[in-house]
Amino acid sequence: MARYFIRRALSLIPTLFVIVTLSFFLIRLAPGGPFAREKDVPEFILQNLLKRYHMDEPLGKQYLRYLGDILRWDLGPSFRYRDLSVNEIIDKGLPVSMTLGVTSLVLAVVSGIAVGIISALKQNKWPDYVAVSIAVIGISVPLFVMGPILQLFVGMRWKILPMGQWISVHGIKAIILPALTLSFPYFAYIARLSRASILEVLRSDYIRTARAKGLKESMVVWKHVLKGALLPVVTYLGPAFSGIVVGSVVVETTFLIPGIGRPFVQSALNRDYTLIMGEVIVYSVILIFANLVVDLIYGLLDPRISYK
Amino acid sequence: MSEHDTLLDVHGLKMHFPIGKSLLAKNRGFIYAVDGVDFSIKRGETLGLVGESGCGKSTTVRAVAQLYKPTAGEVILKGKDLTKMAPHDLLAARKNMQMVFQDPYASLNPRMTAGDIIAEPMRIFQKRGLLDISNDERNDRVEHLMEKVGLSRFFKNRYPHEFSGGQRQRIGIARALALNPELMLCDEPVSALDVSIQSQILNLFKDLQQEFGLTYLFIAHDLAVIQYISDRVAVMYLGVIVEISGSKDLYKNPLHPYTQALLSAAPIPDPKIEAQRQRIILTGDVPSPDKQRPGCYFYDRCQKRMDVCKTCRPQLKTTEEGHQVACFLYHKPE
Amino acid sequence: MTDEVILQVRDLKTYFTVDEGVVKAVDGVSFDLHKGETLGIVGESGSGKSVTNLSIINMIPNPPGKIVGGQVLFSGKDLLKIPASELRHIRGNKISMIFQDPMTSLNPFLKISTQMIETIVLHQGLDKKAAKEKAIEMLKLAGIPAPEKRIDQYPHQFSGGMRQRVMIAMGLSCNPEILIADEPTSALDVTIQAQILELMQELTKRLGTAVILITHSLGVVAGMCDTLCVMYAGRIVERGKTDDIFEDPKHPYTQGLIRSVPRLDKENADRLYSIPGQPPNVIDLPDCCPFYPRCEKAKDICKKKYPPVTGFENGRAVSCWLYAEETK
Repeated sequence: MARYFIRRALSLIPTLFVIVTLSFFLIRLAPGGPFAREKDVPEFILQNLLKRYHMDEPLGKQYLRYLGDILRWDLGPSFRYRDLSVNEIIDKGLPVSMTLGVTSLVLAVVSGIAVGIISALKQNKWPDYVAVSIAVIGISVPLFVMGPILQLFVGMRWKILPMGQWISVHGIKAIILPALTLSFPYFAYIARLSRASILEVLRSDYIRTARAKGLKESMVVWKHVLKGALLPVVTYLGPAFSGIVVGSVVVETTFLIPGIGRPFVQSALNRDYTLIMGEVIVYSVILIFANLVVDLIYGLLDPRISYK
Repeated sequence: MSEHDTLLDVHGLKMHFPIGKSLLAKNRGFIYAVDGVDFSIKRGETLGLVGESGCGKSTTVRAVAQLYKPTAGEVILKGKDLTKMAPHDLLAARKNMQMVFQDPYASLNPRMTAGDIIAEPMRIFQKRGLLDISNDERNDRVEHLMEKVGLSRFFKNRYPHEFSGGQRQRIGIARALALNPELMLCDEPVSALDVSIQSQILNLFKDLQQEFGLTYLFIAHDLAVIQYISDRVAVMYLGVIVEISGSKDLYKNPLHPYTQALLSAAPIPDPKIEAQRQRIILTGDVPSPDKQRPGCYFYDRCQKRMDVCKTCRPQLKTTEEGHQVACFLYHKPE
Repeated sequence: MTDEVILQVRDLKTYFTVDEGVVKAVDGVSFDLHKGETLGIVGESGSGKSVTNLSIINMIPNPPGKIVGGQVLFSGKDLLKIPASELRHIRGNKISMIFQDPMTSLNPFLKISTQMIETIVLHQGLDKKAAKEKAIEMLKLAGIPAPEKRIDQYPHQFSGGMRQRVMIAMGLSCNPEILIADEPTSALDVTIQAQILELMQELTKRLGTAVILITHSLGVVAGMCDTLCVMYAGRIVERGKTDDIFEDPKHPYTQGLIRSVPRLDKENADRLYSIPGQPPNVIDLPDCCPFYPRCEKAKDICKKKYPPVTGFENGRAVSCWLYAEETK
């Protein structure tokens, strides 16, 4: 198990290398550059700017220099936010984004599974219909509609919760609306997923055996159904987490949250090469580790899988 | 059954599947599913292949059909070695060799009508220029085949789910017959069927053999079925053939200790006989085929094992009784 | 086997409602089970043999299924009427079941110990430690080598035959009066089948357990069962002593079934006998003999009315118009 973890962690290096290389050259293929929006910059200032960011060097040399820099975890200065380095932007925003992301994921998983169980056990009765309807709404309404609706009603009309901004301004309740928004589609999907897989397990031969042994229905569900039924949900956690990371870009923008999502969007629009690269690396590491954790949980739940 | 020349000749057939091999991981060994099998089938004959799950009987048939590329060995159909053929020649050779599968529910495409399923082999060969037949002729042949296998041609436009298990197996047989093959490879074609339907399908196989002079390589795990349908029976254990004998002789005079155990384990539908039978109950399970052994593959479970069996692997040899048997009880090791 | 009747099934009816109509999966089944007896129920797929036995312990999934009539009398009580809690005390304790596919019938996510102990703790009131000892003892009886070690393994670490041994050990762990075995060896190879059948026979004889053995294999019932029920389309068409039925099958379906199995021990005819036609579509069956379209001896009355039961000597009973009086 430990060896498996180390091997998977080491495989992070070639994966990251490929990601860094591809993104490095791909973003330079896009038209425009970091200084394209500066108006009437005199030629010599532009030259100085290019020189300062080593953009006058041949592309190959820039690439090697960048590789050397990130080995020292120096992601370089931001092109747009002149006073800040990329490291500083990420150091400041990442905890905020992680708090939002993890809260949303936990919310989605816990409530999704709970609703899935109720829905499966009350199949084709009213709690099931309610749950299924909510799930359909969750899956079909996009984040950028959901967010503003919550802001409008809960924040503006009823003034129950703050409309935007973060814990530093409003305290812990600032997290509720953005986390609800961000988790909703994943909650809906997990609810549907766990409902379907619980129903499937309930029909399986080993549940018939458990009932034939005279176990109470509640014992059958807790002891025999859940472990197997939750495996598909665990499998989905990887994609769900990456979805939440992507979704956080939208939600952070909607709710004016100082995470790393908003700078990411801005950096792409501004051709802020170093910031884009930095964000790509951070997101990649997070996602790769998230998937690793999912695999490990899977191995713990399913005795048939052994990691060597 | 007039001409008794050899239609299929299989020599030293081996099928080893690598375990856990991928782009990054090293090969962690092999499953020796088929490990050196020799047999031949005469034209018009039925060779039954019998054995327990994991003995390699299905793999043998698939390797003969070239659905798997055999690790080693020759599969000579009508004098030509299929393992060395170019893809186009192999396709042409398939015309002479068609398969019927076990599960009549899973082996028919649920979105195709019965007529389309039966016509498909002909359509493929038409497209490749290997079959000269007009579309009208093809349709006539589909209807003809359906009547031959005992299905009304009015069922042509029905989908598989509208048929019962036995009827689906009839569709599978008609599909295999479509190209007029000489050799039919039948992989447990009656195992999924109920008793009353099984006998119908077995009779159908016999009737078709007589009418079209077909040759069968027929797999089943039910010994009574195998004995009924076959002229000769080959018994497989752990990737090798341990005994080949005439089917009438098999029950009366089994030679290999495994054959004896297998036959004595088979229940007989007669309480009087069952009450008197002495069973040879084998201990343990069939070992996993993940290693090659120097000696006899049946050594671990054999009740008549000798020291030599552990170190020396017996080869199939013809005995006085006319069986081929791989066992040192009947011939001395060299 | 004694004369003491421990289970009486009376006119049991279990129907399933599907989109196409009503499937009368079990339609008026009656039989008695004696103490220590091994009773075979044979029939082809869809004949209702499995549904009969799930109905006995009231485990029909509802919807779509429903037990619409009949009685299952066990120790003076009708199992179809008693409250769920009382029934749970009988399931796995007094009446236990083993199923066809040992590969899927054990929970793949739980250790063998967990699955065995929970039954013993539930029904025998032992503590966990004593229950584990009991479980190990049962595994040993069932012929599992090194049971102290194997008990802490997961099902996937056992072969098919070994899993069926575990199921048998689990089924017999509370010393039930009745063991219902639903095609216990159909998924197993013939040499393993012989092992398992021998084990079942030996253990149930030793413990005095009565067995209901459901199977499609005439060979298996011939070797195992004292008495036999032959089912067709949801009804028992013939029942009696196994020897008598094989010696002199009376119902045309039983006759056809026995004749259509190829025999290993005899020269077979060049063509096997086969029952013509397809198994009946059990949806919305009319009240006639469902076998008449395939029957060589069908008469006019067979198309109109289901035949009554005709009794013969030695407990034999046949439902066929060949033996019944036609009354207007």
